[in-house]
Amino acid sequence: MKNIRLIARLDIKGPNLIKGVHLEGLRVIGDPQDYARRYYEQGADELLYVDVVASLYGRSKLTEIVRRSARDVFVPMTVAGGIRSVEDVTDLLRAGADKVAINSAAVHRPQLISEVARRFGSQCMVLSIEAKQRSPGYWEVYTDCGREHSGLDAVEWARQAAALGAGEVLVTSIDREGTRKGFDVELTRAIADAVSIPVIASGGYGNDGHLHEIVQQGGADAVAVADALHYDRTTLMSIRDAARTAGLQMRHLP
Amino acid sequence: MTPQVTVIDYGIGNLYSVGRAFEVCGAEVLFASDPAQIATARHLVLPGVGAFESGMQGLQDRGLVEAIRAHAEAGKPLLGICLGMQMLASVSEEFGEHKGLDLIPGRVLSLPQTTVEGEPLKVPHIGWATLYKPPEADWQQTALADVQEGDSVYLVHSFAVQTDDPADRLAISNFGGHPVCTVIRRGALIGCQFHPEKSGPVGLKVVTSFLAL
Repeated sequence: MKNIRLIARLDIKGPNLIKGVHLEGLRVIGDPQDYARRYYEQGADELLYVDVVASLYGRSKLTEIVRRSARDVFVPMTVAGGIRSVEDVTDLLRAGADKVAINSAAVHRPQLISEVARRFGSQCMVLSIEAKQRSPGYWEVYTDCGREHSGLDAVEWARQAAALGAGEVLVTSIDREGTRKGFDVELTRAIADAVSIPVIASGGYGNDGHLHEIVQQGGADAVAVADALHYDRTTLMSIRDAARTAGLQMRHLP
Repeated sequence: MTPQVTVIDYGIGNLYSVGRAFEVCGAEVLFASDPAQIATARHLVLPGVGAFESGMQGLQDRGLVEAIRAHAEAGKPLLGICLGMQMLASVSEEFGEHKGLDLIPGRVLSLPQTTVEGEPLKVPHIGWATLYKPPEADWQQTALADVQEGDSVYLVHSFAVQTDDPADRLAISNFGGHPVCTVIRRGALIGCQFHPEKSGPVGLKVVTSFLAL
């Protein structure tokens, strides 16, 4: 009965929109600003910017990219990648971001979740989980763009982060990311069952059946789509129509 | 003549997107943090995110409360957004009881935790909500003049305004079967629980209609 949010995900490296598979083999697609504006005009419910190498190389150009986007994008923007402190969050919010999603820095220092939530509100603090399945029912959290093991159980970590004040969880399945084989339903379901905050599923969109599946069986509140949009395999309008036909409730567009 | 809008800057939240939304709708935007600037405003915007108490504190610290009240009493247009809408009410129950600007009588209450059927609801409520017209409401010549019933807007909140007089409700949305006040209005005072600057083309219509008041 709640509207399912359709999020356009833009992975960024330096000044470029890029896309990889399993968070690797990154290819340059174009100027993120062109795509951001296009997705806004096509009716994205939100935009999600992820600087995929920021946590490896320190500060990124993301603040600049967000500020440019905020000039003509009037839907919420979530920003992820390389955010380490309350000051980093302040900069991004000033640039026009609405929420931040934090992975590596939260794993290294979980208290950061509480600091951000207390300062800006839980609604602003999205926990980003990038996870790989290690065994049945066990998904391990990875940091630094899928490169580093953390030893954390993704489901347990989500529960802990929600208790620390996270307001949403962005769940990226590294196994599915860039594969077009469908979202990781089991992983998303396990996390959605463990927390009472909204869950965004990311990684694996290939066709409209996948979207229906991740919402109905995976319990996702929001779905992020990336390369299917970048490569024009589908449009937001077409995804929205298919979702509605399949019985999902989506935002009404004038 | 380019319409001018004065956006109150009281040290809370991000004003960039709010300012941009008014700019693309053709207004010249001034950011004001002292009472003298507010006194000369024609269209005034009170934005805000965060906790009620710190919001009111931010206004008091800058001596803005009386200036905002005077603006409202003069019948000039005022748009409160999100926390800015909640502060138009009399009292908030967020983290204890706190007095608001008391321009539209009502209380700020926490959102229900369960649906009318008793199922758990996710709070904060984040996402796109559909606007409905309460039976007594008329959207003509208001900030919702160009909005259609059924249009969606983006909001993020854990608390909502309950007006003492149902006639002050301009739009409601459905939260787990409970009607929640999404827009309140009394004369030229308008409060939007949603973010017009983040609600796509529908939000920009609200901005444009507000500027026309």
